[in-house]
Amino acid sequence: MRIFDPHIHMTSRTTDDYERMAGAGVRVVVEPAFWLGQPRTSPASFTDYFDSLIGWEPFRAGQFGVRHFATIALNPKEANDPRCRPVLDLLPRYLDKDAVVAVGEIGYDSMTPEEDEAFAAQLALAVAYELPALVHTPHRDKARGCERTLAVVAESGIDAGRVVVDHLNEVTVKLVRDSGCWLGFSIYPDTKMTPQRMVELLREYGTDRMLVNSAADWGRSDPLLTRATGEAMLLAGFSDDDVDKVLWRNPVEFYGQSGRLDLSDLEDPTAVDPQTGNSILRGGS
Amino acid sequence: MTPDSLRAALRGVPDPDWLDTALRRVTAEPTEITRLFPAAGRRCGRGALPDAPGWTADDAARVLLLTALPATTPATPTPSTGTATRPSGGPCCAPCRCCRSAPPGCRCCTTAIRTNDTRLVAAALGPYARHLDPAAWRQAVLKCVFSGVPLAAVADLDARADGELATMLAALAEERHAAGRDLPADATDLLHRLTAALPREA
Ligand SMILES: [Zn+2]
Repeated sequence: MRIFDPHIHMTSRTTDDYERMAGAGVRVVVEPAFWLGQPRTSPASFTDYFDSLIGWEPFRAGQFGVRHFATIALNPKEANDPRCRPVLDLLPRYLDKDAVVAVGEIGYDSMTPEEDEAFAAQLALAVAYELPALVHTPHRDKARGCERTLAVVAESGIDAGRVVVDHLNEVTVKLVRDSGCWLGFSIYPDTKMTPQRMVELLREYGTDRMLVNSAADWGRSDPLLTRATGEAMLLAGFSDDDVDKVLWRNPVEFYGQSGRLDLSDLEDPTAVDPQTGNSILRGGS
Repeated sequence: MTPDSLRAALRGVPDPDWLDTALRRVTAEPTEITRLFPAAGRRCGRGALPDAPGWTADDAARVLLLTALPATTPATPTPSTGTATRPSGGPCCAPCRCCRSAPPGCRCCTTAIRTNDTRLVAAALGPYARHLDPAAWRQAVLKCVFSGVPLAAVADLDARADGELATMLAALAEERHAAGRDLPADATDLLHRLTAALPREA
């Protein structure tokens, strides 16, 4: 099983996680810029964070054979703090980098006028820099937040096929599906979405435009839930090809729209050692 | 390697027109480099250049972009933020690698050495490292040994290595041996060369 986790906050994970992920078949991760738990109070702490997302973290990932890309943005929570707003002016210099494959996470947290403004401005940046956009949806008041999100996306003029609306559930899935945007599902150990519920959604809505991620961060989360979802799919009768589409080809297609998803020298996960007949990559079975 | 020979070596890249245009734009409007510099790999490729040993297409294109800047351009800020931004390695400031001189106050080299990214540490110990004072240079060499960076990356290694570095290497070797481990072979060789060359104590 080859796995591309399209949304995971590796900055908050240990090397043990990288090792286990590689062992489970995770070959590529995309780490969106988000908040860090502790509110930041100046743009300078964002630039150091962004630098680490395109510098140190890819190096760390590379030591475990995992390819690391990033999405860069001012997140909706901190868009509300006037001390952090100047980050918007610093974004362009990051959006030209090879390792940046989308603008994100943008969107709504509490649906304030400040969030409206930052969201629209960053969708415009995605258009200007020819990048896809990763849109976070609020955990409170989700259904209305999702509707408003889609309205802002439509108004921005960005192609719906270049937008993923993330953290969806049973209530919001249909709305986003009908919009033409990609659908992101964050699988968590308990609350928001589980592997079993994800399988039901895939049964009902099919595998097109569906992206499954672990969204693992410093909160209670599990970077192996992408793999668990793939296994749950197989148990439920989905084919290997269905699993490969959801966990690999879909995210490759979505982020490939950036023109920067260079996977050329990734080892072929299906390669077999001629001596032993075993898969060369750990977990590549 | 001169700019002209790099230019010639880049003739076969996928999009040579892009590079020509980019070089003209940088000369006419220096701030444009902030967008063109990071795009070099996507436009010119990242492969090795057959006519310029040791150079990749993206590095060569970036260096040419820097050399196309008008001489009056303030040397800093450099086009890149941060440090380890390029998968191919190398400090963000190309002069560290090609010119043996960098803008006054350029902190790329010392910042790179402070990282634990071995690609950056190795690149920072190239020719530009002659700007490091002896204490900082010795620490950086020792860091290479610690983190498994081959000493071949260190410019002027034998010319600069001194008795103090030998003492530090010997102490590290002793620590390693106490732990049942060895120094990398290139460090052991260096230590042997240094102890052979140094005058013996009476
Ligand atoms: Zn997230």
